[in-house]
Amino acid sequence: MSPGFDWIALAEFAAIGLLSGGLLALIALGFVLIYKGTGVINFAMGEFMLLGAYFFYTARVMWALPAWLALILTLVAVAGCAALIERWLLRPLAGQSVISVLMATIGLASALHGGVEAFWGGRNYEMPQVLPRAPLLLGDVLIPGKVLWSFVLAAVVITAFTIYFRRSRTGVAMRAAASDPVTAYLMGIDVRAMQRLTWIYAGLVGAIAGIVVASITSLSPAVGVTALGVLAVIILGGLDSIAGAIVAGLIIGLLESLTAGYLGGKVRDIVPYVVVLVILLVRPYGLFGTRRIERL
Amino acid sequence: MRIRDYRQSYEHDEALWPTRVQQVWLALLLLALAAFPLLGGGYLVSLMCVLGIHVIAATGLNIMTGYTGLISLGLAAFMGVGCYTAAWLAQRGVPFYAALPAAGLMAAALGIVVGLPSLRIKGLYLAVATLALQFLMVYVFREWEPVTGGVRGVNVPPATFLGVPLNTDARMAWLIAFCAVLLLIGARNLLRTRIGRAFLAIRDKDISAEVLGINLLRYKLTAFAIGTFYAGVAGALLGYYYRAMTPEYFTLQLSIFYLAAIIVGGLGSLLGTVLGALFMTLVPEVLRAGVAVVAQWVPRATEILSPVQQVVFGLLIMGFLIFEPHGLQEIWRRIRRFFHLWPFRA
Repeated sequence: MSPGFDWIALAEFAAIGLLSGGLLALIALGFVLIYKGTGVINFAMGEFMLLGAYFFYTARVMWALPAWLALILTLVAVAGCAALIERWLLRPLAGQSVISVLMATIGLASALHGGVEAFWGGRNYEMPQVLPRAPLLLGDVLIPGKVLWSFVLAAVVITAFTIYFRRSRTGVAMRAAASDPVTAYLMGIDVRAMQRLTWIYAGLVGAIAGIVVASITSLSPAVGVTALGVLAVIILGGLDSIAGAIVAGLIIGLLESLTAGYLGGKVRDIVPYVVVLVILLVRPYGLFGTRRIERL
Repeated sequence: MRIRDYRQSYEHDEALWPTRVQQVWLALLLLALAAFPLLGGGYLVSLMCVLGIHVIAATGLNIMTGYTGLISLGLAAFMGVGCYTAAWLAQRGVPFYAALPAAGLMAAALGIVVGLPSLRIKGLYLAVATLALQFLMVYVFREWEPVTGGVRGVNVPPATFLGVPLNTDARMAWLIAFCAVLLLIGARNLLRTRIGRAFLAIRDKDISAEVLGINLLRYKLTAFAIGTFYAGVAGALLGYYYRAMTPEYFTLQLSIFYLAAIIVGGLGSLLGTVLGALFMTLVPEVLRAGVAVVAQWVPRATEILSPVQQVVFGLLIMGFLIFEPHGLQEIWRRIRRFFHLWPFRA
């Protein structure tokens, strides 16, 4: 133990990391929902975040609507977009090879990203504050309010979804449609409607995450890049595990914060990708993912 | 109507281009390629250079993704490796005919390292892994200043051939066209050998391929090595052509550009690769021209050129996947079929 070691700084980094991991877990939830429901990694997740953040900005600042109304409008608009995307892009490609569907979401990401940039421009906007800013003092450890409240918000949303999937009729139907579409179909579950719902929920999760991320930093097309970093979270947690997404979100958040604190921001940006490569080499199905057995 | 195409000997049946008509057209195409840098204007010749590089890189990607089914979102990273290798060698006086293959080999070496885990991970996982590699390599390009020059980039001395510096577009066009033709013929030859057929078997179902006695690890690594070799050569040519390169060029967007090219052209088809590369090279040019026209009335038009380009790329990818999954190559085949059967109907 070196004498001058700053334990308070370490505690602060760790706390901030864990708390900002909540947000990562929230975005990861969006990925996991779609992967479980439709077997696709949605590379356009970051663009859902962009749409959410820009819609909210437009409604709140440009049209000067009250925050609750702006939020509702945003969620409705993003849900509509997600439903349209499911209907016009994913459904025609149902049953196609992995490459096709993957490329379709990449194409979608490119189109949405370009669309957002063409419409709102590439510059930074000052996002209105949606979360309380007052910091929390735990002894000598100072935690910024935004980070704390974004964690609380993420926790609430994730918990709500978990309860929804456990308790509600639709939630159970969605799980059934995800785990075995054919059987679910024979039991009278509208599998297509469930897949549409999956995309809508993922869109909503993305939109909320986008608004929060933009209000923590600032609003620009770069907000969407956060989602690519979250790929590390879902790979670490296992593509089809919500619990995995939460745990992995916290781990990655912690790692990012510690590297940012001790090695600088540049290194922080590549942490998720290093983690991805290591995990894929050591344990490709992640911490909690289902081990796939392939048959001919 | 195609007539008198009798295959009477094995040599004839095995020929790369069996009919006389094909050979004549091909010879004409080669002549046109050779003459174009002399006759075409500066703009067209520069387009030809870029097109040739795109063709080489897209061919590499198609060998990996279209033929072997290994999704790569990191092609630009390998091009970057090729480019920086060539730059490093060229600065030390290595002639281009040694630096180009060396750049390809360097990229292939990295490709093999990346390909090693591809035995365990495939499909979506491989896509994510190559995406991670893409970001990591851009970081390396930015930070490893002694070799890559950091964010300021590197300068590449012009290639010299027999004492003649290849410092004009026309001279570079010859070099690029030569490399592209050579690599395309190589690919066409390769893909009809045991190796090429093993690639197709792996793409269609890798476990079945293994049951048939195809060594998965070896052939997947071969596919990676060849594909990334092509990417490395393309990157090196890019360096020689632009003579200066920054890390900002080799981003995810470039990787997606090539994926778009092979999807638009046709996965698993060399003709499709060429058509796709041609199409995707021309799209930005057409857009630029269109925006220049629109800019007369809408002053903001030039600002949104790059986002509009992204939108068009995305729409093209989605549109082709949904409406023409076999790409331009399939359209071409339909046209050809019509003339082959003319005056009878298909």
